[in-house]
Amino acid sequence: MSQPLLDLQDVVFRWPGQAAACLDIANFQVAADEHVFIHGESGSGKSTLLNLIAGVLLPQQGRLTALGQPLPALSAAARDRFRVDHVGLIFQQFNLIPYLSVLDNVLLPCRFSRRRRERAGDMKQAAATLLNHLGLGEDLWQRPATQLSVGQQQRVAAARALIGQPEIVIADEPTSALDAARQEAFLGLLRQECAAARAALLFVSHDQRLAEGFGRRVDMAELNRAAGRGGDEGTAGEAAGAAVPASLPHPRPLSRGERGDQA
Amino acid sequence: MIHLLPIALKSAWNRRYTLGLTLIAIALSVTLLLGIERLRQDARDSFADAVSGTDLVVGARSSPMQLLLYAVFHLGEASNNLSWQSAQRLAAHPAVAWTIPISLGDSHRGFPVLGTTPAYFEHFHYGDKQPLRLARGKPFSSLFDVVLGAEVADRLGYKLGDRLTLAHGMAHEDEHEPGHAEHGDKPFTVVGLLARTGTPVDRTVHIGLEAMEAIHLDWQGGAPIPGFAIPPELVKKFDLAPKAVSAVLVGLKSRAEVFAMQRYLADYRDEPLMAVLPGVALAELWALMAVAERALLAISALVLVVSFAGLVAVVLAGLGERRRELAILRSVGARPRDLFALLALEGGAVTLAGALLGTLLLTVLTAVLGPWLEARYGLVLRLALPTMSELQLLAWVIAAGTLASLLPGYRAYRLSLADGLTPRV
Repeated sequence: MSQPLLDLQDVVFRWPGQAAACLDIANFQVAADEHVFIHGESGSGKSTLLNLIAGVLLPQQGRLTALGQPLPALSAAARDRFRVDHVGLIFQQFNLIPYLSVLDNVLLPCRFSRRRRERAGDMKQAAATLLNHLGLGEDLWQRPATQLSVGQQQRVAAARALIGQPEIVIADEPTSALDAARQEAFLGLLRQECAAARAALLFVSHDQRLAEGFGRRVDMAELNRAAGRGGDEGTAGEAAGAAVPASLPHPRPLSRGERGDQA
Repeated sequence: MIHLLPIALKSAWNRRYTLGLTLIAIALSVTLLLGIERLRQDARDSFADAVSGTDLVVGARSSPMQLLLYAVFHLGEASNNLSWQSAQRLAAHPAVAWTIPISLGDSHRGFPVLGTTPAYFEHFHYGDKQPLRLARGKPFSSLFDVVLGAEVADRLGYKLGDRLTLAHGMAHEDEHEPGHAEHGDKPFTVVGLLARTGTPVDRTVHIGLEAMEAIHLDWQGGAPIPGFAIPPELVKKFDLAPKAVSAVLVGLKSRAEVFAMQRYLADYRDEPLMAVLPGVALAELWALMAVAERALLAISALVLVVSFAGLVAVVLAGLGERRRELAILRSVGARPRDLFALLALEGGAVTLAGALLGTLLLTVLTAVLGPWLEARYGLVLRLALPTMSELQLLAWVIAAGTLASLLPGYRAYRLSLADGLTPRV
C-alpha cells in the first residue's frame, strides 16, 4: 500500500455542544480500488464517518486525508468540489430527484463537476453504458425517476455514483429497502461496476449477511473507540440512519411531495 | 450557478400549481396596488384640472370648501346666494378683467344645471389653461337654449336640436316620481355640445341666467305657484334679470391684485361675501381626501404584504418536502450557497413574474374596463405607460419580494449545513 486512498489517524469528531466524542478512530486506511464492508448498527457512528469522508463534516482532531489531500485544510467550497469530483454516493433510499428523468439524474454529478464530465467522455454514452450494465433498459431513461421501482431507483443511484469514474464510491445502506433476492443482485452489480471503474467501495450496512465476498470487513464497534461509551449521536447527529428505520418491511413508495405534480 | 438553472426551472415546474397560485396572488395584489395608485393620480390630476385661470371664486360668506364644491364641482347647493347687484358691481370693479356669474340648483336626470352667461364659454379655463371647446353647435343665444357637457350628451344620447326639460332641485337620474317638481312646461333645445374636458364641466347642463330666471318665474319656495302658470311665449314680457347668483368666478387684470381684491370682498359692506383662491382651496380640499387616499394605498400595500407572506409560506412549506431534493443536490456537488441562491432566486423570480403579470393585467383591465368604469362611475383610468411613481412602486414590490425570498433561501442554507448529505425526514 504505497499511498492509501483514504487515511484517517486519531480522528475525533463530536457534535457541537456535546462533551463526548461520537467518533474516535485511531487508524483507518482504504487503498485504491479496495472494497470494504463496514458493519455497524444505527448509532454506531457510521453515517458520521461517511459524512467525514465526504467532506461534509470536519473532525475536531486528527488527520484525515483523501487522495493525499488533507480534507480539514480545505475550505467548505473546496470540500464540496472534492466531493463531487472524487466521491460517488448512494443512500438507503430517495436517491433521485423526482422531477428529473432517469438520465438527468445519472448526469447530475457531471453538471456540477468538470472533472467527472471530462472523465465520462461522452456523458450520454457513459450514462447509457452504466444504465445498460445495471440492467436498466433504454425505455426507462426518459421516464421521471418516480415511475421506477425502488430497486430500479437504487440502480439509477449506483449509475450516478459511478459516472465520471470517481475514486471513491460510498454506499450507505443502499440495499435495506430491497428484498433479499434483489439485495444480492444489486450488490453484485455494484461491486462489478466499481471494479470496472477501479473505484474504492465503502459499503456500509447493519446486515452482516451482505459482507460475503468482500475482501475486507470492518466493524464500527471496533473501529470507533467512542462507540458505546456515551457518544450520543443517535439523537444529535446520526442522520438518516437513525431517523429512518434501518429496514423497512416493504419498499416505501415516494411520498406525495416527492412525487410532486408529475402527472 | 448557471448549471443550477435548468434544475431550478424543472423543480419550479414540478411545483407549478402552488407556485402558480402564489404568482397569481402576487400579480393580483400588484394590479390592485398599481390600479389604486393610477386612480389616485388621475383623480388628483382631474381634481387639480377642474378649474384654471380663475383668480377668485366669490360667493356669499360660508365655508371656502363648500363654496369651491358647488362653484367648481357643482356638488351640493349654495346655502346663500349673492345679489345680482353685488355681482354686477364686482364685474365693474377696475381690477377685474372678467366675471362668470353662475347659478345652480336645478338638474337634468341627475346632472347639475348651471345657469351662466356667454362669458363662461369665453373665459372659463380648465387643465393647463385650456379653454372650453364646442364639439358641435354654438353657445346658447336664445332664451331656452341649452349646451351640454360631453358626458351628459354621451350618457343620455342627446344630439343637436333635441329637446329636454329640467327638474327643480337635484333629482336623481331616472327618478320620475309623480309630483316631483319639473319645469316640464318650458322645454329647452340643445344648441351646443362641449368637447370632453375630464372635469365637472362634462357632467354639467348649461343654460343662460335669464332662462334660469324664466323657469322659476311662476315658482315660489321650491314649488309651482298653484293656479299660476306663465307659458314660455310670455316669459319675455317679464324682467328676466337675475335677482341673485350662487357664485361668481373672477379673472383679474393682474394676479398681483388677488389679495387686495380678497380683502376688499371680505370687507364688502352691502352683504357678507367671501372670495377664495381656487388653487389654495383645491389643495385644502385635496388634503382632506388625502387621508382616504392614503388609507387606500395602505390597504393595497397590506394586500401585497399578505401575498408576500403567502409566497414565503409556500416556499418554506415546500422546503420541508424539498429537503431530500436539496440533500441530493448537495451530495452531487451543490454548495450550500448554491441552494441558498436556488431558493432566493425562485422567490425573486416569482415576484418579478408576478409584478410583470400584474402590470400586464392592469393594462388589459384598463383597456377592457376603462370605458365602462368611466361611464358608470366616472373613474377615469387612462391607458398609459407606467409613470415614475408606478415604476418606483414596482421596484419596491420586487425588492420586497426578493428580500422576503431570502428567508427560505437562508433556511435552505441552514438545513443543508445541518443535514449534510442525509436529510432527516
